[in-house]
Amino acid sequence: MTHNTRTAWLFVGPAVAIMALACLYPVLSAIRLGFFDWSMGTPWSEAKWVGWDSFILAWTDPAVWRSLWTTLKFAAIAVSAEMLLGIGLALALEGNLRGMAAFRTLFILPMMVAPIAVGMTWRYLFDAQFGLINAVLGVFGIAAKGWLADESLAFAAIIIADIWQWTPFVFIMVMAGLANVDTSVLEAARIDGARWWTTTLRVKLPMIAHVLAITLVMRLIDAFRVLEVIYVLTFGGPGEATEVLSMHIYKTAFIGQKLGAASAISVLLLVVVMLLTWMALRLSNPLKSNESDR
Amino acid sequence: MNRSLQNTLRYSALLFMAVLCIGPIAVMLLTSFKTQTQTFTTELNFFFVPTMENYRDVLMDASFARYLVNSLIVGIVSTALTLLIGCMAAYGMARFSFAGRKAMAYTTLMLRTVPLAVIAVPVFMIWSDWQLTNSLFGLILLYVAVNLPFTIWLLYGFVLQVPVELEEAAAIDGCRPWKVFIKIVLPLIRPGLAAAAIFTFRIAWNEFILALVLTDRSTRTMPVAASLFVSDLGVEWGKLMALATLIALPPLLFTFLAARQVISGLTAGAVKG
Repeated sequence: MTHNTRTAWLFVGPAVAIMALACLYPVLSAIRLGFFDWSMGTPWSEAKWVGWDSFILAWTDPAVWRSLWTTLKFAAIAVSAEMLLGIGLALALEGNLRGMAAFRTLFILPMMVAPIAVGMTWRYLFDAQFGLINAVLGVFGIAAKGWLADESLAFAAIIIADIWQWTPFVFIMVMAGLANVDTSVLEAARIDGARWWTTTLRVKLPMIAHVLAITLVMRLIDAFRVLEVIYVLTFGGPGEATEVLSMHIYKTAFIGQKLGAASAISVLLLVVVMLLTWMALRLSNPLKSNESDR
Repeated sequence: MNRSLQNTLRYSALLFMAVLCIGPIAVMLLTSFKTQTQTFTTELNFFFVPTMENYRDVLMDASFARYLVNSLIVGIVSTALTLLIGCMAAYGMARFSFAGRKAMAYTTLMLRTVPLAVIAVPVFMIWSDWQLTNSLFGLILLYVAVNLPFTIWLLYGFVLQVPVELEEAAAIDGCRPWKVFIKIVLPLIRPGLAAAAIFTFRIAWNEFILALVLTDRSTRTMPVAASLFVSDLGVEWGKLMALATLIALPPLLFTFLAARQVISGLTAGAVKG
């Protein structure tokens, strides 16, 4: 590695300037805004310093706790379903199946569809009268349901849409991890007479534990940040049944027009996501892993 | 279990998964070719005479052409700028030790995952202050900034895989650092650039919460227009699905063209090799 600070900054300078100005500065401003009472549309000079009030209010507001709980439930259910399905499918399908590359291409399609299009499509699929889901249930003699009008069904709907979009991600990560497992170890276990189950649980999964952990944390980060699909699919409703933290922040800021309060709540979300990100860094730090390679 | 039976089971499972993955996308696509009456039926029907009516209605809308152009400008310019600035930064971080490197590295790593809902409020405020709201430039600046952290770290990994000896040889031959970067490093990290381009374009083309907050009637992008249509059109599913298809199409096409790069971007950092 060359030591030349001037040349180095010519390379990294533009990126640092833009990230500092348009990404880091907004993040820090979100924290600062939490200390002010400011309504949208009024000049910033009219903003009032309120100290920790917004933070205390956010911490004692049942609506905030409810949306935090909704987010936790959403993340826990959706991510564990995605992990179980993804790992199970990868274990069942690993190995050199012909045509796997083509299937993999099909599996990544849901992740690439714009969230707005995902939301619109699932809204149609879950439509009480004309939706495909009720039509399919009808074939099995199950009565049509008002998916997006019922609190617990709407919650199930946002989870189903998330599972559809992100299970393939877990599948692909686990497949990539399994492809790197040293086959001689598995061979040795097999020769020792270990059964498929034992090999899988005792040898294979521990060997890819690292990949599993990173996949889990990456999925959790995304689940806590979720906003756009829910915005279109339910807009947090009915009532507040699907109002995750991001949705609650958006509504507080741009419908309730309480920018200070919204910022105080967003600091809460920021802390959760940054903790998870720090965990992800502990698991896989591109800076360290690569330097120890040399 | 005998081998061929096992394979039959595996292919059935793969096929089933593929149907589940493609199903909703297929419904979106098929519905976009249906007439209003055809969408209002509770029977499953896959065989119908396709109509272009929905696409005609959507595309003939005068304001729509504008949104499409806005989306294309924002998507393409953000991607180009992110790639250019990102690959330079990745090279600088991988090949130079300099004052501030560690601070920059860790800040960038943390910024990768900032929730957009967190920055929506301050960005609205700061951009108003800088008079960048309702301008495509304001949106592009934001998308470049939020895409840079991921791009830098993705490309960092690719730069590290370039044999340092190649660069050293060129430097001994009298190449300046810039020339080494352009002549030797850039051509070798092309797969990384392709992956970074797809992921950046995907965000810049798909994103709509920040765009909703920052744009007006004339600077709206397609996803913003669509999100406003959802309440206007109500149950005009044909038109809504035509709109959704038009938005979903470009990233899907890129996936078909460069599936390997997409997968390398998805698994970057977590899986070696």
